Order: sequence, then C-alpha cells, then structure tokens
Amino acid sequence: MQYFVQQLINGLTLGSIYGLIAIGYTMVYGIIGMINFAHGDIFMVGAFTALIVFLILGALFYSVPVVIALLIMMIVAMLLTSLYNWTIEKVAYRPLRGSFRLAPLITAIGMSIALSNFVQVTQGPRNKPIPPLVSKVYSFDGISVSLKQIIIVVVTVVLLALFWYLVNRTALGRAQRACEQDRKMAALLGIDVDRTISITFIMGAALAAVAGTLFLMYYGVVVFSDGFVPGVKAFTAAVLGGIGSLPGAVLGGLLIGFIESMWSAYFSIDYKDVAAFSILAIVLIFLPSGILGRPEVEKV
Amino acid sequence: MAVTVSPESDTVATPIQRAFREALYAGAVSLGLFVLFIGLRTDQNISNELILVQRWGLLALVVILTAVGRFLYVGFGQPALERAKAQKAAAPAVAAEPSFVRRNFNKIGIAVLFLYPIAMVLLFGFQGSLKWVDNFGIQILIYVMLAWGLNIVIGLAGLLDLGYVAFYAVGAYAYALLGTHFGLSFWILLPAAGCMAAFWGVMLGFPVLRLRGDYLAIVTLAFGEIIRLVLINWREVTNGSAGISGIPKVSFFGLISFNVSDPNYISKVLGIAQSGAYYKIFLYYLILLLCLLTAFVTIRLRRLPVGRAWEALREDEIACRSLGINTTTTKLTAFATGAMFGGFAGSFFAARQGFVSPESFVFLESAIILAIVVLGGMGSLGGIAVAAAVMIGGTEILRELDFLKTGLRWGDTTLIPGFGPDFTPELYRMLLFGVAMVVVMLWKPRGFVGSREPTAFLKERRAVSGSFTKEGHG
Repeated sequence: MQYFVQQLINGLTLGSIYGLIAIGYTMVYGIIGMINFAHGDIFMVGAFTALIVFLILGALFYSVPVVIALLIMMIVAMLLTSLYNWTIEKVAYRPLRGSFRLAPLITAIGMSIALSNFVQVTQGPRNKPIPPLVSKVYSFDGISVSLKQIIIVVVTVVLLALFWYLVNRTALGRAQRACEQDRKMAALLGIDVDRTISITFIMGAALAAVAGTLFLMYYGVVVFSDGFVPGVKAFTAAVLGGIGSLPGAVLGGLLIGFIESMWSAYFSIDYKDVAAFSILAIVLIFLPSGILGRPEVEKV
Repeated sequence: MAVTVSPESDTVATPIQRAFREALYAGAVSLGLFVLFIGLRTDQNISNELILVQRWGLLALVVILTAVGRFLYVGFGQPALERAKAQKAAAPAVAAEPSFVRRNFNKIGIAVLFLYPIAMVLLFGFQGSLKWVDNFGIQILIYVMLAWGLNIVIGLAGLLDLGYVAFYAVGAYAYALLGTHFGLSFWILLPAAGCMAAFWGVMLGFPVLRLRGDYLAIVTLAFGEIIRLVLINWREVTNGSAGISGIPKVSFFGLISFNVSDPNYISKVLGIAQSGAYYKIFLYYLILLLCLLTAFVTIRLRRLPVGRAWEALREDEIACRSLGINTTTTKLTAFATGAMFGGFAGSFFAARQGFVSPESFVFLESAIILAIVVLGGMGSLGGIAVAAAVMIGGTEILRELDFLKTGLRWGDTTLIPGFGPDFTPELYRMLLFGVAMVVVMLWKPRGFVGSREPTAFLKERRAVSGSFTKEGHG
C-alpha cells in the first residue's frame, strides 16, 4: 500500500509536468486546429532558459534564496519562451493560415528540428547538469515526499487555477473561446483574431516554460534533445484527454504520469513508454475522440 | 514570404520609414530571442561545473544582420516582389508551351539516373566515385522510395501517417535477423520483408480505422515509437541499441558475389581489378529498379479500382461510403501497400549498411520522409523525387563544403576568409534542414509541383492545379 501511494505521488508529479505542456498543445489545436509540433522544443527552450538564468544568478550573486531564484528563473523563462513561440507563430504559422492542413504541420516539424538544433549549435550537445536546488525530503509513515514534488504540484495547481480563471472569467478568455468556436464569426463581432491567436501561443509557451523550469529543478539536468520525449508524451496526454479540451489535457497528463510510474514500479521500466502509447491506442479504439473530447460531427 | 508585416497604422509612412521601423522591431525581437542563447554559452570547466562563456560580439552581429535583412526585405524586396506580381497580372496570359525538358521530364530524369554512376566513374574513377554513388545516389534514392511509399498512404489515400519509419524498421530487421540467423538470400527476404511490413501495416490499420486527423497522427506516431522501443528493449532478439552487424551482402542472384573471399567474386568472374565500387554501383542500380517498381505500381494502382477508391476516400469519406466503397478494406490496403514499399526499402537499407540499430529509425526519419512528400507536392511522383534530391542532397552536400573552412582561394591568395579549421558545417546540417522545411513550405505551400494529373478525365487528359485535390481527413 505504501509502495502504491509512493508511486501515486511520483505519477502525480510527472503528470503535472505533462499536463502543463499538454495545455499548450490542446489550446493551439482548439483555436487553429493544428498540431504545434514545435511545442516540445518550446518546453526544452524554457528549461534551457531557466538553466542559463540560474547560472547568471550564480555568477552575479554570492547566494540567492532558493525561492527567489526559482521565481526569477520561472519568470524569465516564461517571458523569453513566450517570445519564441510568438515569433514562431508569426513567421511560420500565420502566413499559412487558411492554406491546406498539412502545410503548418510541416513548418511546425521544421521549426521543431530547427529549434533543437539551434540549441545544440549554440549551447553544445552535452548534458547540462546543475547542483540540486531543493533537496529536502519529508517522510510520512514510510512514504517519502520530496519538497521538489510538493513545489511541482503546488505550482501546477496554482497555475491551473489562474489559467482557469483567465479562460473562463475574463474578456480575453471569452475571445479565445469565441475564436475556437467560429473564427470568422468572432472576427465579425470585433474580436482581433490574430491577436487572440498570438496570445494563445504566448500562454501555451508560458505554461511550457514553467514546466521546463520544474523539469530542470526535478531532474537537475537538461540537454538539447529533451524536447522530444516530453513533447510526445504531452501530445499523447492531450489526445488521450480529448484534444481541444482543457480539463482533458490535465486529466490526460495525470493519466500518462500514473501509467508510467505504475508500469515502471510493477512491471518493467523499459516498457513504460510502450505501455503509455498502447493505452492511448486502446482508449482511442473505444473513444475515438479521447476521454473528454467532443466527437466531431460531420455535416454533409 | 517568410515574414508577415505588421499592419500599417499610419499610411503616410514611406516604404523606407516603414522598413526602418520594421528593422528596429526585428532587431529587438532577435535581441530578445538570442540574448541568452547566443550571447552566453554554457560550458563545463575542469571540475565539471557549468560556467558561462560570453559572446556578445556574435550576438551583436546576429542582431544587426537580422535588422539589416529585415530592412532590405521590407524596404526593397517586398516592393519589388509586388511590382513583379503586378506586372505578371497585367501581362496578357500566354498559354506557355511547355519546354522540351518539362515535357519529357520523366524520361530525361530516368535516363540521367541510369547514366549517373557511369558518369561518376568516368569523372572520378572507381575509387573516387564511391562517395558520389553511395552518399548521394543511393542515399537519395532510398528516400525517394520511402517517400513514394508514404505517398500512397498520404498522397493517395489521405491518411496522415507519422510513424512510417516503423515499416522501414520492420523491413530492415526482417532482413537483418533472417539473413544473419538463417543465411537466407536477399532475393527471398526482399519479398518476405515486404510482406512482413505489410502485415504490420494492417496491424496498425485496424485500431486506427475509426480515427481521424490528429488522433490518427498521434496513434501512428505512437506506433512508430512502440516499434522502436521494442527494438531497443527486446535485447534477446534484436541485440538492443547495439544493433545487428554482419548482415550478408546482396549477390547478383547468386551468380556473382560481392564478397572478396567467395569463389565467384565479381573481379574473379569478370577478370577485372578488385574494387569496392562495384558493389555500390550494383546497389545503386538495385535501388533504382526498386524505385521504378514503386513508381510503376503506384501509377498502375491509381487506375485500378483500389487506387480510385483511395483517392475517393481522400476527397470525401462520406460520399465514398455512400457509393458503396468499403472504407475498411480501402484504408487497410492503403496502409499495407505503403508499408510494403517501406519494408522493401528497409531490407535494402539493411543490406547496404550491413548494420542496423534502432538509432536509424527515430521519429526524425518519419518527419523527413513526410516533409519530402509534402514539399514535393503530395501525389506527384516527380515532385517528390525532386524534393528528395534537394533536401537529402542538400544536407549531404553540407558535409562536402570544405571551402567554408579554408575560405575561397584563388591560387595562393584568399579571396574570402573561411571560418577556420574548427568550423564544422555538419553541425549546421539539421538546423538548415529545419529552416529549409519552413522556408520551402512558406514559399510553395502546395509543394514543388503544384499540379496533379487526375486518372479519370473527360475527353482530354491534362494536369490540374493541386488545390483542386483534397488532403483527406483521415
């Protein structure tokens, strides 16, 4: 039982990170109907930005309280990563809006390749380890919970609450939901569609940057190719939950996190990704539009 | 093209003023993007700690280049492009007679491909031709074949497959395992590998029958990853990430062998000097024939009921179904046929390398093949071949650019200084590949060849614009 709860906590931590990235996928998909393949690499850029900010802080100041350091890393990462996603949207996706469906998918894959190789060229191909930021571990009744895990879950919950408020209670969120339902109608009613789409990309990138910072803090290492696997997992999570649905993305992220940690704990760690992908396939056989997704109704 | 211009808020600004403002914006954005990534570099010091190296000069150079480029584009490039467009629109539409090359593009292309190794041998000799035949010829043709195979799934049936490399892997491992363990010949294993890949195509097809669009995309991607992960982790059979080596070479139907130790080694049979180039040239013609087979089958299938059903499925699944076409078998045959050619290409790849490992079958490969199909113009065989030659040949040629290191020289005087011997153009290969994907797509969203040739026509056969064909939802 203790072992099970321990794995549940590990899964929750992992799932929070996946959920944060998955929101970016699902929001972009909801609003312009494309898979932003570069999102995984945006996450990696976020982690790398946090790493560089961490090193700058270390070089400038003798000692900085961990909380403040984390906050600064997170904020700078959010800003710069948003700038990346905003630029990518403007350069690679916007000119192709209204073009055929595969064109933005190809530019997105191209951007993903370009981003990871850009980081490889400018920052070098090696693993970048940092000393542990937070190392405290609490123990309750044989279950150990590290402070890192608590921070990840708390940050995720706070951000999700903020995000929920933004989407459901503000004018910006209303504009986003309107664009999601019908872009042309939204434009007729005076919503600046281009701006709304840009903000969607910015929001997605900001959440991915937070996920990147948390990832760096949790694992203590980042490398240029780190975007792919978490990106694909998060994409899987978004699809599993029903792409286009925000609660679905979080739910999918948590599910993937649980599946992975449970499978590694009880079966074999080698096949944890195979398990996650297989469960995705099985779920989609029975629910072709994901768990919380709306089935696509085609009118003739 | 690549850059959208911010909406003009004040119409009084002259183009130069506007260009200046845009350049400032672009400079500011690129400063923001690159300040941490180019301005600083994370490096390990002797005690293995990360330290920052400062590169502000490089950063300034990049930012200035971006701003100047933007200035030139908005100030001069864009007006010139618009003028050209206006001139083109004003000029009377002349029904341009296609030139000789364009009319006979396919015949000329095939002739060039058949003569290519001979020309290389004449130009560089047997030893010198190795690089050109192997790295360029065979490499490009493998991608042509893969892209033509994927074209059946995406271009004809309109099913987005992001895990095509899985079938390539199945074919390669089928040949590698059966060839090394049972000593079977390539000519038996080639069809066997194709059948096995087709079988896996059907296996993938079943669960995704009901899925559409992005759901299909992620499941096919997941399928590709599952195959790769199984290849890595099933160590007893596949030898894990270490891969399988010592895969037997192809022989000329058992008559002529390319192993030096065999009694029927080519130089002994034909009485010529020993050289590794014979095998490469043989492989070149082998993959060329396999490519032509793929093209032939694709062209013929398009005129058969099953091919027409694929295209109907791509155009409109509901209409297709209401006309009594069985969409289940249509989708499965598309997956199976596409996968079969992937399997052929895979077993050829294993034979050529003599070594396979899961490293060769990563998602990036699927993405490259997909990019070639879309960049070439989905459904157009000629366009896809051109795209493969440009993208793969282009990245291969980056390995050859020695003058970037030494600079351009004329005799002993250096005209343009190079980047020095430490500069490695290979590093920038994939970066440029990604950027090229974006730029080509923005420049020609319909691919290199924008026209399609329908197989069903009224009275007169002619090419139509690619925008008349749909891309399918599946």
